[in-house]
Amino acid sequence: MRNWRIPLDVDKVKVPVGRVVIIADRCKGCAFCVEYCPKDVLVLSEGFNKKGYHPPEVVKNGECVNCNLCEMICPDFAIFCVPEDGAEAAAEGGTN
Amino acid sequence: MKADPAGVLTGVHYLDGDYACGEGAMAAGCRFVAGYPITPSTEVVERISRRFPTMGGTFIQMEDELASMAAVAGGVWTGTKCMTVTSGPGFSLMMENIGLATMMEAPCVVVNVQRGGPSTGLPTMVGQADMMQARWGSHGDYELIALCPQSPQEAFDLTIEAFNLSETWRVPVMFMMDECVGHMTEKVVIPPADEIDIVPRVLTDKKPGEYQPYAVNGRPVPENVRAGDGYRFHTTGLTHDERGYPDMSVGCQEGVHRLIDKIRLNADQIVRYEEEDIEGAEVVVVAYGITARVTRAGIDLARAQGVKVGFMRLIVVWPFPETRIRELAGSIKAFVVPEINYGQMVLEVERCAGGKAPAVLVPHGGGGVHDPEVICKAIVEAAR
Amino acid sequence: MSTDTQTTPRPEEHPIAPYLRMDRMPHIWCPTCGIGTIVKCFATALGEAEVDLDKTAIVSGIGCTGRVAGYMNLDAFHATHGRAIPFATGLKLGRPELEVVVFSGDGDLSGIGGNHFIHAARRNMDLLVILVNNFIYGMTGGQNAPTTPETARSSTMPFGNFEHPFNLPHLAASCGATFVSRWTCLHIRRLTKCIRTALGRKGFRFIEVIAPCSTLYSRLNRLGSGLDLLKFYHDNSEIKHGADTRELDIAYQDHFICGNFLDEERPTFLEQMHAHYTKTLGDRFMPMKPEGGWIHD
Repeated sequence: MRNWRIPLDVDKVKVPVGRVVIIADRCKGCAFCVEYCPKDVLVLSEGFNKKGYHPPEVVKNGECVNCNLCEMICPDFAIFCVPEDGAEAAAEGGTN
Repeated sequence: MKADPAGVLTGVHYLDGDYACGEGAMAAGCRFVAGYPITPSTEVVERISRRFPTMGGTFIQMEDELASMAAVAGGVWTGTKCMTVTSGPGFSLMMENIGLATMMEAPCVVVNVQRGGPSTGLPTMVGQADMMQARWGSHGDYELIALCPQSPQEAFDLTIEAFNLSETWRVPVMFMMDECVGHMTEKVVIPPADEIDIVPRVLTDKKPGEYQPYAVNGRPVPENVRAGDGYRFHTTGLTHDERGYPDMSVGCQEGVHRLIDKIRLNADQIVRYEEEDIEGAEVVVVAYGITARVTRAGIDLARAQGVKVGFMRLIVVWPFPETRIRELAGSIKAFVVPEINYGQMVLEVERCAGGKAPAVLVPHGGGGVHDPEVICKAIVEAAR
Repeated sequence: MSTDTQTTPRPEEHPIAPYLRMDRMPHIWCPTCGIGTIVKCFATALGEAEVDLDKTAIVSGIGCTGRVAGYMNLDAFHATHGRAIPFATGLKLGRPELEVVVFSGDGDLSGIGGNHFIHAARRNMDLLVILVNNFIYGMTGGQNAPTTPETARSSTMPFGNFEHPFNLPHLAASCGATFVSRWTCLHIRRLTKCIRTALGRKGFRFIEVIAPCSTLYSRLNRLGSGLDLLKFYHDNSEIKHGADTRELDIAYQDHFICGNFLDEERPTFLEQMHAHYTKTLGDRFMPMKPEGGWIHD
């Protein structure tokens, strides 16, 4: 999305950085997370998990914005995000 | 524990069997009833709907009998004693959820005021043709308990007994009245609350995390739990393990086996019957419900003709008093079984007699009671 | 296989784990089935609504969605087919302080359970009913359901369904439900918010959630995987809050409407009962305590 106007507080807002945690053996390879990640951070891996499914893997390191969409949409409770440490510290300094 | 006085209408009353049954439930501590009207049982819930709001009870007329039994199967898990009331056609509808209650081990009472059948049958007239259905009505293997009162006084007393048995054995108890007893008005004495013994719902004293809903540790039944106390337990109609989780393994079929054994192996503690003049009897008459009362007239007539007649009245019908019938079969000429059907409990008598003494059925169609002369004739014939 | 910058310790378990019976994972639902997503939304909503989990009970019927109760870390009941709502009614009336949720499928609640559904709505029974609509009887092999759209194939309508299906939000609203919504399992945040809002309301609250059934509905109708159906929902659903429920019919693979349609306050069954008995019996009225009808020493 192109900003036609630069927000006034653009230097105060820090885009969150998240870390994706994947519980590979629980995944059933449905690809919901891959399809709907807004930053296209995930792809289905070439490798297999214990059950023979292709779990997702992160291909765009550092691009996860901790939106938790993958966590919400995964039907198998196999993926979630946590704030990346550095992002947390920056967010604290950046608020209000 | 003694009865909660709020539910006990102490005094000497003139009540019909249906009303007395309702009073018995309230005295026993029942505080949730879900029912659906069906002749001749409706008066039970009419009575309850009138009295419950004054004693902390909730009555709801559900949309059908399936919902009534399902609501009872659910209500049990709140620690509340629950009951539903119906007659033949409704009894058939309730069968699946009676099976659910047996599988989940939910203590509850189901009252069936029997009427003429099959199907819509004779809605306002007596029958005793649901006796086998009480035992075998739901699908699959299970055991439960069924009682049969012969008078409004017994409708009161035995309803309390039914609740007590259901709590002790964690099983649905079928209360098999018949329309005659249900609609007959007689003196009913209701004692003071502190003279009525009830078996309360005893909840587990284990902590959440330690407690498993179906772990028995050698006892016949598991410990009770209540929804809302933090136990986060799970229960299901599927075959399950001790945690209440569905399990299809061969081992979990042992759980089903325990449901059978808890009644079968403890039948001696549950069985109840009343005997008159069994000593030296040539013929023993086995009867239950309203037929028991008519039978006594028939027996008197037979005795007047010189036959030595004994009488065994079934109070707990299921589990059936197999041991006693087997015992008697060896020393008498025959059993005579009058019932208002074309042969139900007589089959049990015959089975248990094991060929040592014949079991003679005195049938009667739904809609009326036997003529004592007919019973007398059967007794005299059997004594030959 | 996952990002690992090693700055923070890797959390071992999914944040939703406290709401689930993790000893029963992985669950039985198929790859690309939407039920798991809806369970995630429900569990998230439970946390956000700050309900007392010890006093929340969940009842499911039979079917794929019927397995939900078995995976939730609440007092959970797996009742008979179609009877989740009356079973839940018994729980609610036996211990009024419980928050009782019914979480079951379209066949279970509107087919065999249809009678119970309409009466509980009529009575405004205080129950939250989450109905997962995958337009089919999935667990038993893909039979026609009361919600199967016209012309869709199923194992008992092999030449296409010719029966008109239910419009569930309309059914619920016209029977007396006080909170009626429809979402799909793709609308994760709106669904979560809807459930969270519903948990704070009273009365008969009904949320229909459309979900893909990859193994039966989708396969029998050659609609691809659950992901393909999610893409379909993305392109063909329209959010229209407050829409007239009469417009909410769903035709086969056609544009459909979702949103929050009804949110009103009416006295619940118990509130009406209490008010009425107080009026007619006065001091003689003794209601069942919120802690329930358990009598003990």
